[in-house]
Amino acid sequence: MPKKTYRAAINEAMAGEMRRDSSVIVMGEDVSGGTGSPGEDDAWGGPLGVTKGLHTEFGPTRVLDTPISEGGFMGAAAGAAITGLRPIVDLMFVDFLGVCLDGIFNQAAKFRYMFGGKAETPLVVRTMYGAGLRAASQHSQTLYSIFTHVPGVKVVVPSNPYDAKGLMIQAIRDNDPVVFFEHKAMYDDEGEVPDEAYTIPFGEANVLSEGEDVTIVAIGKMVHLASAAADNLAKDGISCTVIDPRTLSPLDEETILEEVEATGRLVVVDESHPRCSVAADISSIVGEKAFKSLKAGVQKVTAPHCPVPFASELEDLYMPTVEDVEAAVRRTMA
Amino acid sequence: MQLNRTELLHAYRTMAACRHFEESVYVNFSDGKIPGFVHLSAGQEATAAGVYMALEERDWIATTHRAHGQCIARGMDLQETMDEIYGAATGVCGGKGGSMHIADLDKGMLGANGIIGATGPLAVGAGLSARAKGEGGIAVAFFGDGGSNAGMIFEAYNMANIWNLPVVFICEDNGYAEATSSSYSVAGTQVARAKGFGMPGVEVDGFDFFAVLDAAKEVVERARRGDGPSLMHIKTARFYGHFVGDAQTYRAEGEVEKLRAEKDCLKLFREKVVGAALLSDEELDTIFEEERQRIENTTLASQAAPRATKADLMTDVYSSY
Repeated sequence: MPKKTYRAAINEAMAGEMRRDSSVIVMGEDVSGGTGSPGEDDAWGGPLGVTKGLHTEFGPTRVLDTPISEGGFMGAAAGAAITGLRPIVDLMFVDFLGVCLDGIFNQAAKFRYMFGGKAETPLVVRTMYGAGLRAASQHSQTLYSIFTHVPGVKVVVPSNPYDAKGLMIQAIRDNDPVVFFEHKAMYDDEGEVPDEAYTIPFGEANVLSEGEDVTIVAIGKMVHLASAAADNLAKDGISCTVIDPRTLSPLDEETILEEVEATGRLVVVDESHPRCSVAADISSIVGEKAFKSLKAGVQKVTAPHCPVPFASELEDLYMPTVEDVEAAVRRTMA
Repeated sequence: MQLNRTELLHAYRTMAACRHFEESVYVNFSDGKIPGFVHLSAGQEATAAGVYMALEERDWIATTHRAHGQCIARGMDLQETMDEIYGAATGVCGGKGGSMHIADLDKGMLGANGIIGATGPLAVGAGLSARAKGEGGIAVAFFGDGGSNAGMIFEAYNMANIWNLPVVFICEDNGYAEATSSSYSVAGTQVARAKGFGMPGVEVDGFDFFAVLDAAKEVVERARRGDGPSLMHIKTARFYGHFVGDAQTYRAEGEVEKLRAEKDCLKLFREKVVGAALLSDEELDTIFEEERQRIENTTLASQAAPRATKADLMTDVYSSY
């Protein structure tokens, strides 16, 4: 199977769906880049190159550079989605949801329910999240919990190139609004990705390894920390199950509960802040539905309850580490 | 307007410091010595020098992600400014903000901002404070041609006008919102937009320090008199990309070289003042070299400055009493 980057996998998914379905459009700031100036069109293809080539292939009526008007274009995408198009909107950094919540929360998320099931809102919001690039407080947040809280929105957090392609195709074909989280530090990660189209259903967790002692649920980029921790712990005779939920809404509760019932211990690894987080949510679900099988208190590994700092040393301290995951697993075994 | 020798020398020194600062950041970012993302203002020095010369200490400013030059023009401590960009513990924000969030409230500098268009409402709020304090201060919102299309800017125009606040809106239009040309992204004109909200707007040649200063004095005085907000649309250009590392293939071939040759605000300033025999080439050369040396020393000190430690991570999330 050919190896491709996370970036290429997402790009390929969008290009393939745009070829298959002429109602799929892409809009956002600099998704092409170069519009209106004498130099090259498709100069950027998105700030980190994820939409590169789409403008060249599909032209300016299907790949629209927007003004810096997130509130406007998010609302416009919601309007386009209930009237026949399937927009893929690039909300460059998830931090910018602060200026465009309404189009997603009060409009797209509610249409179907409010309108008695008569509306379909096939909208994909692609957005970058995560710390590690020294991009400081307003360009580094991990905000999927905010979307997960809202009924009507689906939330997807792929941890590898294979999943990214299959989940993106599913997101584009899905008839509900989907927020698709891409970790900005993972775009160059490589993995095996088939050339042909395939979908990964939402709400099906991926169990990366099965163990006896502790279940680790990890989200997005944190899946790699969890796997590394599990490998290290195996050398000490501690065997871990590692679960990547892949989608946070819908969440594959069944798989998580089954695995926790088998091991009796749970560690949740989440790059976002600890309060009102997906880690807190999963801990609560397990506490409520698998309490009797727990042999130890649930442990969370998260970023601290502070904004993402700029200074390299501080950001490194902010990010959860493999050692943090190992320590949390050991706490459940103590 | 007539400036005395001291003022002219100060203006040139400010622009020279801004230029050398950005050239230093460019080199050292490219060498991997500065983390994150930096947005350079080289080419736009006349805006910083001209507008800030028209402001007073009691005024407030909310500005954009492209703010290094404005920090210098505001008289922020040069070492603390550079230290912040390096993420040192001695930075003006303790290394927690960096280039995109650098601020100095003691100087009325409400910060560079990572959110496009956010400066408009912030300045409206500062305008409310200024009016409540009754000390004659005003508030300035900078935003780019990109920011001019953000809804928050239009909402700020409206509020500032219905409340007749002492606010000056400055659209610092360098021609590109990231990689997208303002000739494509902006409908109508900035001045006509301002007029739609009932406030005066003026288009200004941002390569000409004197034009910027004259226009700034007028809108600042109008706000200070209590006559309400205005818009300055400064047309300028950047010598670098949106961020350092931007390949800028969206620009025309030779565009930056032509700008550097024909539209360099430092050169145009020099031609004017030397041509009018107000200052000599030698004086200007000396200042340019002094500022180069000052920035070089500052840079070296920033590279050796102490770094933040674990104890700093959780401080200042909330107020402490």
